[in-house]
Amino acid sequence: MLEVNDLHVTVEGNEILKGLTLTINAGEVHAIMGPNGAGKSTLSAVIAGKDGYEVTQGTIHYDGQDVLEMEIEDRARAGLLLGFQYPVEIPGVKNVYLLKAALNAQRAARGEDEIPAPEFMKLIKEQIAYMKMDASFLQRAVNEGFSGGEKKRNEILQMLVLKPRLAMLDEIDSGLDIDAMRVVAAGVNSLRNDDRAILLVTHYQRLLDYVVPDHVHVLVDGRIVKSGDAELARQLEAHGYEGIEESAA
Amino acid sequence: MATEEMEQLVRREYKDGFVTDIESDTLPPGLDENTIAFISKKKGEPDWMLEWRLDAYRQWLKMKEPSWAHLNYPPIDYQEISYFSAPKRPEDRPQSLDEVDPKLLETYEKLGIPLHERAALAGVAVDAVFDSESVITTFKDDLAKEGVIFCSISEAVQEYPELVKQYLGTVVPKNDNYFAALNSAVFTDGSFVFVPKGVKCPMELSTYFRINQENTGQFERTLIICEDRAEVSYLEGCTAPQRDENQLHAAVVELVALDDAYIKYSTVQNWYPGDENGVGGIYNFVTKRGDCRGARSRISWTQVETGSAITWKYPSCMLRGKDSIGEFYSVAVTGGRQQADTGTKMVHIGEGTRSYIVSKGISAGNSDQSYRGLVKTGPRAKGARNFTQCDSLLIGDTCGAHTFPYQEINNSTATVEHEATTSKIGEDQLFYCQSRGISEEDAVSMIVNGFCKDVFQELPMEFAVEAEALLNVTLEGAVG
Repeated sequence: MLEVNDLHVTVEGNEILKGLTLTINAGEVHAIMGPNGAGKSTLSAVIAGKDGYEVTQGTIHYDGQDVLEMEIEDRARAGLLLGFQYPVEIPGVKNVYLLKAALNAQRAARGEDEIPAPEFMKLIKEQIAYMKMDASFLQRAVNEGFSGGEKKRNEILQMLVLKPRLAMLDEIDSGLDIDAMRVVAAGVNSLRNDDRAILLVTHYQRLLDYVVPDHVHVLVDGRIVKSGDAELARQLEAHGYEGIEESAA
Repeated sequence: MATEEMEQLVRREYKDGFVTDIESDTLPPGLDENTIAFISKKKGEPDWMLEWRLDAYRQWLKMKEPSWAHLNYPPIDYQEISYFSAPKRPEDRPQSLDEVDPKLLETYEKLGIPLHERAALAGVAVDAVFDSESVITTFKDDLAKEGVIFCSISEAVQEYPELVKQYLGTVVPKNDNYFAALNSAVFTDGSFVFVPKGVKCPMELSTYFRINQENTGQFERTLIICEDRAEVSYLEGCTAPQRDENQLHAAVVELVALDDAYIKYSTVQNWYPGDENGVGGIYNFVTKRGDCRGARSRISWTQVETGSAITWKYPSCMLRGKDSIGEFYSVAVTGGRQQADTGTKMVHIGEGTRSYIVSKGISAGNSDQSYRGLVKTGPRAKGARNFTQCDSLLIGDTCGAHTFPYQEINNSTATVEHEATTSKIGEDQLFYCQSRGISEEDAVSMIVNGFCKDVFQELPMEFAVEAEALLNVTLEGAVG
C-alpha cells in the first residue's frame, strides 16, 4: 500500500530523515518508535504534505501513486489521514461542521453524493458514543478549549468517521491518562481490518500494550536502525534506545 | 501555503458587474440651487421640503470635506456628478411584479435576488430601490393592518408630512458633517418606516439598493421611527454593476427609538470595489446614527461590509434614554486595493446606559482597513458600561489593519473595556483542514467564517446565510 524508499528530508537546512525505507501493506499495524528528535513525526508530516519539509532524495508511493506529487487534500481524499500530535484550534467552526465538510469532500472525490443529514447524524452519534464523548462536542468549536485528552479522542473520532485506508497517528498517546488511553486504543483497534493499515508514531511502549503492532521500527537519527515485531517494543521498554543503538551498531 | 496562493484566492472578478439598459430621466452633471429645485419638483415636494434642502445646501457650501480618515483617494469633483436619475414613467408605477420591466427583474435574478420568490417565501416586504426611484413595494397591506408604515421617503413626504417634519434631521442634523449636508440637499430616495406604539413589526423589512446610472451619485435617506414598545428589524443590502468611473454614495440613515423600543438594523454591503488596481469602485461615505431617545430603548447595528473602493462609515448610537442599549456588530472584508475606515460611536448620555461593540476586520490583497471607535460617557451617564472587542485577521502580507480606539470618559462610575487582537490566518489551521480532504478555498472560507461567527449570529437567519455566501464570494470567487 505504502512504499517509502530512501527518503531524505530537510527542515530549515537540517537533514532530519537520512534515507528511510519502509513498506506498509494493507491489514498491517506498524509502530515507529524512537528517541526525541529522531524524525518520527517528520515521516508522517511529509506523507500528509505539511509545508516546510523538503524532500531532497527518495520517493513515497501509495497504491502506485507518487504521493509527493499530490495536493494535500488529494492525499486525504485518497485515504491517507494524519492524526495530529497537537490538533489545531479553529474558533467559530463547529466540530460537526468540519467533520461533515471533510466527509463530503472525500465523498465528492469518489464521485458520491453528499451524505444525507439523517445518515450523517446516525453515523456520528454511533462513533461519538464509541469514543465515550459527549454529544455537546459536536457543537463546540474545533478543538477550542478541549483538554489534551479530548483533542486526541477527537482525532480518533475523525478517523472513525472518515475511515481512511492508511491512518497515521502521531503520538496519539501523549498526554493521555490511563482511561483516555483505553478509549483511544479501542478506537484505533476498531479501525483495524484487512483493507486498512495503521502507522503509529510513539515515544513509549505503553500504547502498544493496547494496540499490538505487527511491525515495530526503531528510528534513530533519521534512519530505521532495527525492525521487529511487538517483542521489540518490549525490549525497548526494558533496555532503552541506547541499548538498541549499540546492538544495531 | 505561499502568500501568492493566498492572493489568488482573494482576487476575483466582480460577479455583479453588468449593466441593465433602461432609459432614464437623468439630470446632466452639476450642482447648484436649480439642481435642488429640479429634484424637489420632480418629486412633487411641498415648499417646506425644498426650503429644508436649500438650507442644507447653503450650509454644505461653507463646509470642508473631512480629511482625518485613514483613506487615500483623488479629490471628488461634485460638479461632475449627476444628481438625479429615475426609471421612465415615474408616475406610472407598476402595481405588481407582472408590470415590472422584465429587464429589471432580470437584473435582480443575476444578483441572486429572486424578488417574488424571496418575498413570498421569507415573508419579507421588499422596497426595492432601482437607481433613485422606488420601483415596487410589496406586503404594504399586511403592514398597514398593524399600522406600520413602510414606504419610500418621497412618498412619506407626500403622505405623512407631519411625521417627516417631526423627525427628519433630528438624529443627523443637516450640518452634521460634509456628506450628511450634501445628502440633505440632494437626497433622492430611501426608505421610511414608522412603527406605532406597542407594535412588533410582523416581518423583516428589507431594501435592496442598487446603483445603475453612470456618474450618478446615490443619496439615499432613510428614517426609521419606533414609538414606545415598538420593534422592527430592517435589512439593507447593496450591490452595483461594474463601472469605470468612481461613483459617489453618501447616504444618511436616522433611527429613533422611544421608550422600550427596539430597532435592529442590518446591512449587507457588496458594492463594486473596483478592479485589481482599484479603478471604478464605489466611494461610500455614509452617516448612520441611531437615537435611543427613550428609556430602556435599544438600537442594534449589524453590518457585513465587503464592497466599495472607499468606505467611510461609523454607525453610531446616542444613548440618551435611561438604561438604553447600543450595539454594533461588524464584519468588514477588504481585498484588492480597497480602503475602509469604519467603526462606531457610542455616546453615553443617560444613566445606566450600556453599549457593546464587536468588530471583525479581514484584510487581504493590498487593502487597508481601519477600525475607528469612539466611546464617550457624559457627566450624567452614571454607571454607564461599554465593552469593545476588536479583532483583525490578515491574509497575506501586503495588507494593513489599524485600530483607533478613542475613549472620552467624563464620569467616574463608568466602566469601559477594550480588547483587541490581530492575527494572521493560520497556516496550521489551513493544513489541518486540508489534511482532512477539504480544499484550500473551502478551508479559507471555513476559517474566516468561523472568525466572523460572533457577528453573523446577530444577523437575521436568512441574511446570515447570505452574508456567509457573500464572504465566500469575496474571498475566492465561489460559494463554498
